[in-house]
Amino acid sequence: MSDNAIEPVIDVKNLVTYYGPRKILDDVDFVVNPGEIRVIMGGSGSGKSTLMRHLLGLHRPRAGHVQVLGKNINKMDPKQGMSFSREIGVSFQGGALFTSMSVGDNVALPLREHFDLDENTIRIMTRLKLEVVNLGGFQDLMPSQLSGGMIKRTALARAIVMDPKLLFFDEPSAGLDPVVSAELDELILKLRDAMRMSIVVVTHELDSAFKIADKITVLDQGSVLMTGTVDEVKASSNERIQDLLNRRPRHQEVDVDEYLTRLTGIGED
Amino acid sequence: MSLNPVHRLVSHLGRSSLEIIEEIGYIGSLMVESFFFLIFGPRRGQPVRWHHILYQMRQIGADAIPIVALLSLVIGLSLAINGIAQLKAFGAESAIVLGVALGVTREFGPLITGIVVAGRTASALAARLGSMVVSQEIDALRVIGVEPVRYLAAPPLIAAIVVLPCLCLVADFFAILGGGLFSSGPLDMTLYSYFHASLEALEPWDVMQGLIKGLVFGVLIVLIGVGTGFSVTGGAEGVGRATTRAVVMSICAILITDMIFSFFLNR
Repeated sequence: MSDNAIEPVIDVKNLVTYYGPRKILDDVDFVVNPGEIRVIMGGSGSGKSTLMRHLLGLHRPRAGHVQVLGKNINKMDPKQGMSFSREIGVSFQGGALFTSMSVGDNVALPLREHFDLDENTIRIMTRLKLEVVNLGGFQDLMPSQLSGGMIKRTALARAIVMDPKLLFFDEPSAGLDPVVSAELDELILKLRDAMRMSIVVVTHELDSAFKIADKITVLDQGSVLMTGTVDEVKASSNERIQDLLNRRPRHQEVDVDEYLTRLTGIGED
Repeated sequence: MSLNPVHRLVSHLGRSSLEIIEEIGYIGSLMVESFFFLIFGPRRGQPVRWHHILYQMRQIGADAIPIVALLSLVIGLSLAINGIAQLKAFGAESAIVLGVALGVTREFGPLITGIVVAGRTASALAARLGSMVVSQEIDALRVIGVEPVRYLAAPPLIAAIVVLPCLCLVADFFAILGGGLFSSGPLDMTLYSYFHASLEALEPWDVMQGLIKGLVFGVLIVLIGVGTGFSVTGGAEGVGRATTRAVVMSICAILITDMIFSFFLNR
């Protein structure tokens, strides 16, 4: 570990964001330290994917400050943007593989775009990363020929092909069977230990979250309910967190007037 | 709160005018950005790749040759059939050579090319980019550090600029061939001398006019296809809607610019 390990890889302050008139994130603070595996957990619509998109610079926040790897992500010039994209890797929820390219070309794309390497080097680096995710020998298949788990693993291979400092992983286990998703969890742990990456995982799978997380941030309706270790989260007395942990349905208070307005449309403007 | 009908009409008009202006602005910025990356991209690590352009040239141009040729031949034939029937009344059948040659090079050649390419390319671009938006592939590109406009919009745009005028020439040739096939009999000419007479009748400017039109149509088609593709929202249905919209809009744009061009180029 380096001496100035105290400087966080992600530092988000007072992030506020809207989707149209709807507030998605409300005054979110989010700090991740180097070498940490951080899980962002929350129900559907809690804003966890939106938070990740802000960390990647895909959205501009309405207010607040997003600093990733020491740079203000919304104030980067194109050159900084290029070097930033070399230092992060992202595995999207559906894989987001380029359907017109083979598995090998998908994984090689970042190398081809960022470096002037000869094809042999690119091929070897690509196959190495495919071996890491247990997809050795699959480089010539097209994405349409892959199973769900293989798509996720290919996306992971593409995300780590440039040995990023920071890896984002959106819903690694969504739609996968328990065995495959357990394998992916192992892989995430292995990546951190072998390559010293900091990893941010967005998930709503409890088992997976508890297995891999150093710390968990629980989001609910756009705000951070708590950030803590697995044990702290499990021991939390917060009702919403316990609902999430124990798979309890939400018990929302019904505002009678509002309910009638929604049903009848009278009184709306 | 309910608006009265006039109020609603005016607000609808205003809103859709704003949308159209916004869209034109967006499409214009796509074009500027594409050229920017073509010229300055290599210095910023965002080069427009030659093999992408060549690939698009094949898709937009070479693959469209058979259908462009066939349709032009048909148009040439029907121009000749109609023309000779009408001109017979004046005993001026021989004017059909000039009529077909001018009509084809100035108007029908680029129009056919434009409409065929709009049907093929605008829809293909909108569908491909639209589904890339839906499946987060565009986000993935951005995160990898690849500017989507440089990677996905610039190659087809440049390809179209090169390829559309060539397609227009193909269309011109086959349409005149069609005209010749029908009228060489009634005019008592060989096909060769029909072609010769057509070339005699044409000024270089006539052909150039068509090629310029073709080029502009190509730019419009690609920009509309790419623009609608990038702005897809709402999943698979959105992709379908964008595809239809891209074809309809680019055909409208082609016909309107064709009219404007014809007006100004013939003053």
